[in-house]
Amino acid sequence: MAMNNSYTRGAPKVIIPLSLSMTAFAQAGAHSLSPTNIFAPVSTPADMIFGLSVFVLAVTATIFVVVFSLLLYAVVRFRKRADDDGREPAQVYGSDQVELAWTVIPILIVVALFMATARVIGAVQKAAQPPSAIEVVAIGHQFWWEYRYPALHVVTANELHVPVSDRAHPTPTFIKLLSADTDHSFWIPRLAGKTDLIPNRVNHTWIDPHETGLYLGQCAQYCGTQHAKMLLRVYVQSRDEFDRWIRQQSQVAHVGDTASDGQRIFETTACINCHAIAGTVADGQFGPDLSHLMSRETIAAGAAPNTPENLKRWIRNPDAIKPGSRMPAMELSERELDAVTAYLTTLL
Amino acid sequence: MNATPIMMSDRQLEWELPSRGHVAMFALIAAEAAIFAIFVVAYIFYLGKSLTGPMPKDVLAVPIFYTICLLSSSVTIHLAAHALRRGNIAYFRAWWFGTIVLGAAFLYGTAHEWHRLIYQEGLTISTNLFGTTYYSLVGLHGLHVIVGLICLSTVMAFALSGDIQQQHTYRIDVLSLYWHFVDVVWIVVFTVVYIIGR
Amino acid sequence: MAIDSIVLLTPEEASRPLVDRLHAWVATVDHKRLGILYILFALFFFVIGGIEATIMRIQLIRPQNHFVSPEVFNRMFTMHGTTMIFFVAMPVMFGFANYLVPLMIGARDMAFPRLNAFSFWLSALGGILLYFSLVGANGLYGAGNAPDVGWFAYAPLTAQTFSRGHSTDFWTLAVLVSGFGSIGTAINILTTILCLRCPGMKLGKMPLFAWLNLVMAALVLIAIGPLTAAQIMLTLDRYLGAHFFDTQAGGSAVIWMHFFWIFGHPEVYILVIPAFAFVSEIIPVFSRKAMFGYPIMVAATVAIGFLSTAVWAHHMFTAGLSSNANTFFVLSTMAIGVPTGIKIFNWLATMWGGKIHFQTPMLFCIAFLFQFLIAGLTGIMLSAAPFDWQLGNSYFVVAHFHYVIVGGILFALFGAFYYWFPKMTGRMYSETVGKLHFWLFVLGFHLTFDFMHIPGLLGMPRRIYTYELGRGWDTWNLIVTIGAFFQALSILTFIGNLLWHTFKGKAAGSDPWDAWTLEWTTSSPPPAYNFAAIPTVRSRRPLWDLKHPDDPDWKYE
Repeated sequence: MAMNNSYTRGAPKVIIPLSLSMTAFAQAGAHSLSPTNIFAPVSTPADMIFGLSVFVLAVTATIFVVVFSLLLYAVVRFRKRADDDGREPAQVYGSDQVELAWTVIPILIVVALFMATARVIGAVQKAAQPPSAIEVVAIGHQFWWEYRYPALHVVTANELHVPVSDRAHPTPTFIKLLSADTDHSFWIPRLAGKTDLIPNRVNHTWIDPHETGLYLGQCAQYCGTQHAKMLLRVYVQSRDEFDRWIRQQSQVAHVGDTASDGQRIFETTACINCHAIAGTVADGQFGPDLSHLMSRETIAAGAAPNTPENLKRWIRNPDAIKPGSRMPAMELSERELDAVTAYLTTLL
Repeated sequence: MNATPIMMSDRQLEWELPSRGHVAMFALIAAEAAIFAIFVVAYIFYLGKSLTGPMPKDVLAVPIFYTICLLSSSVTIHLAAHALRRGNIAYFRAWWFGTIVLGAAFLYGTAHEWHRLIYQEGLTISTNLFGTTYYSLVGLHGLHVIVGLICLSTVMAFALSGDIQQQHTYRIDVLSLYWHFVDVVWIVVFTVVYIIGR
Repeated sequence: MAIDSIVLLTPEEASRPLVDRLHAWVATVDHKRLGILYILFALFFFVIGGIEATIMRIQLIRPQNHFVSPEVFNRMFTMHGTTMIFFVAMPVMFGFANYLVPLMIGARDMAFPRLNAFSFWLSALGGILLYFSLVGANGLYGAGNAPDVGWFAYAPLTAQTFSRGHSTDFWTLAVLVSGFGSIGTAINILTTILCLRCPGMKLGKMPLFAWLNLVMAALVLIAIGPLTAAQIMLTLDRYLGAHFFDTQAGGSAVIWMHFFWIFGHPEVYILVIPAFAFVSEIIPVFSRKAMFGYPIMVAATVAIGFLSTAVWAHHMFTAGLSSNANTFFVLSTMAIGVPTGIKIFNWLATMWGGKIHFQTPMLFCIAFLFQFLIAGLTGIMLSAAPFDWQLGNSYFVVAHFHYVIVGGILFALFGAFYYWFPKMTGRMYSETVGKLHFWLFVLGFHLTFDFMHIPGLLGMPRRIYTYELGRGWDTWNLIVTIGAFFQALSILTFIGNLLWHTFKGKAAGSDPWDAWTLEWTTSSPPPAYNFAAIPTVRSRRPLWDLKHPDDPDWKYE
């Protein structure tokens, strides 16, 4: 039962073309299978992980085929036949050479896998931050995401905008990960592996998406009742669009004169205890910043599309959309709800 | 009811296996050591990380006297077991009683220290990380001393009523192992808390 | 071997009042009865854990489903995990160890029969405590019911701030209490194996079952302590204002992860090593060959035991540890694959050149080999830390560990049930129904757990009570749920088969499998004293020596 045979000697001739064709096949249709497919990377960390995963899959698939075939063969070839004479087969107690072979070969496989893995760990975790990088601080809350761009003086929530990164002149986004309460995890499969947000600890991750578009993900560390609806939306934009977005976000909130009724209700009710609207008295930190609420496509961390009807439903009773969310029902009358909703819809 | 005999030839087999009591006590000690190890790790991890409040070097006084008491009790318990092995019940009782007295003295010392820390220095388990890790580690050890003293006192009662004889040496040996373990833990705790941590 | 009469109940025993007979079970210190009590206890909680799983799968059968609320779902996955690990898997392994170890080493009972009983009842108390939370956990704010913090209860979600009421405390207390029971049983198993072997049974001559349970017991002694310590710390935090995991006071949430997984990883080896023990007894007998490479099997298991204490942070690859730490744990985790693979090869080599009989115990062990291989390989994938940065905390991990626990451990356990059922009850089960159970379970298992890998690869995290439309997860979740129903059906046939034949099966005799270890020399079931005379042995297969006096094992070992 020798294991050091032509199977392993010919392996590189099989593995490399196999890996390449798997890669091409996978990436071709991958993102149509799912918008969060880990095999459809568009950013360097996810790319590097993809490359490693192909190698690991190829190795494990080979091991599987070899051992599975041996098992299948054994089960078929050495079954008791109907015409069995009832005598016991030859008793074999062991073989030192065989044991040595199937110890050494796995050790070599482990060494190869380990070295490939260590290389990617270093490349991702020790990546240097270039001067052109956008810096974001992401703060996890139960059950929403706060984003700050310290250098650009922007505070927003739930929808992260980053510039697309050209491979020749990269403009990656480096994200510091903090938590305001319990553990969370930042996971957008097509952009990078996940990294946890842990209170009293600073973690880091980075992305450099090569293609514009909207990339989805969600919190990946159980954080309480609405862990399932702490969704992630990352908008990768052209440099121009990103700069325009930054300009819009760094302005104070739009103040119209027709919505002052709603604004008054907002500012005299407990809303301002939790929410901030730049340029007004509202500067609460517990809930999402609403200064540019209408620039977002969803509310409640992706739980519902951002429409006036949904906004009104949400304010009337958050539990109707996201039961267990931390915002209490504000006990407003229908008139007050209409006024506040109208005010919020002016916050472009 | 049958049991197939599997006797081989008539030759006598030399067959000696370790004693149950000792093996079991070592196993228990291993499990307890694992628990203590985690509290020690927590203590060391949190050294210097308290955000507020008294620091170890501000409030801790090295308990030399009480440590000597506890470590001496290991000697006395050893002497007690030795006496019992020799059949000397009177000496056994005396050394055993001495062990209890020394252990109780250690406990008194811990209580005295805690009283000072709580009422004079304002350090409680909830004051800061130092308070949390100090009281839990020293307290866990103290709890094991209390359990040990209860066992020792039970034996003392039996000894006084004349029920302990030379043939009970084995059980006394096994119990002593536990007491020695408690002392070794104190050496570790003492080193970590009063020497490294201050 | 002559067929003996079944001695489940002698005429005198049968005439005693039911209360007396029940009391004899409650007050027993006999390792065989305690073993059966552990097993029945585990089976009871297995059904409950299975119901919890089914509820979750129904909720997840399609996106945005409303079968249960998020609060209930979160309690389900917490209770399912806690129940299955602490009140099913551990007790059932302790039960089999209790029943078989003294018989296999030629002893009359465990080293400490009263400690044995005490440990069992502590575990039982733990199970009752956990489920008492359903009624008893309403705390100060009226919040809290069954615990909902996940079976590994990460801080600071378990702090008073985030987990009000007493549900978390019931989790802590139940697991703590049963942990003391586990330590008691581990001390017992270790002492029994080291101190009560019959003459001639040197450590190198005892059945692999005994060796593997010895390693398991040692691991329990080392691993439960960290969990106990962490739980004491958590309770101090919650009630005395301590700050172990209080991030507001400078405490660390990561240190809970370290402490928990220092327990948690050896724990899974505590569960799988007894499964290896079952397979190591069954495969040789049904291949009609001695175990291939006994010394290597022992060495590999001891190596696995040691290594398992050095891999824990592979559960924390996403927590942001340094690249050096991550790299170390990649190496240690991949390394533990080597002795594990060696064991698979040795089982394969035992079958090689043999005459394989496909009765139900062997069917389950063969499936174990295929499935454990796959589980190990997905484990290797996860051990590559960057790959784990994608796969970790997703349904890929859930699929992986269920592949190990269900596809590996539970299959081996079913094999053990069928293999030793005749010894424990004196009766044979139905082979036909056994095979029906097997194929139904294979179907259900693969439908559920093969396809469960896919949503993980497509970005579905774990512990979510519902999921969005348009993620591409719908079909896979539907298939996974369908598989669960096949498994449920299969379990019913299993329970029915064993229950019916416990009372109505044909007499099995003392050695229905023509096996080679000492338990098959006693009657079925064995008498209370196990052996009329303590045997003396000369090889690893004493019965082989008796049955083949011209060609005994001790000439070759």
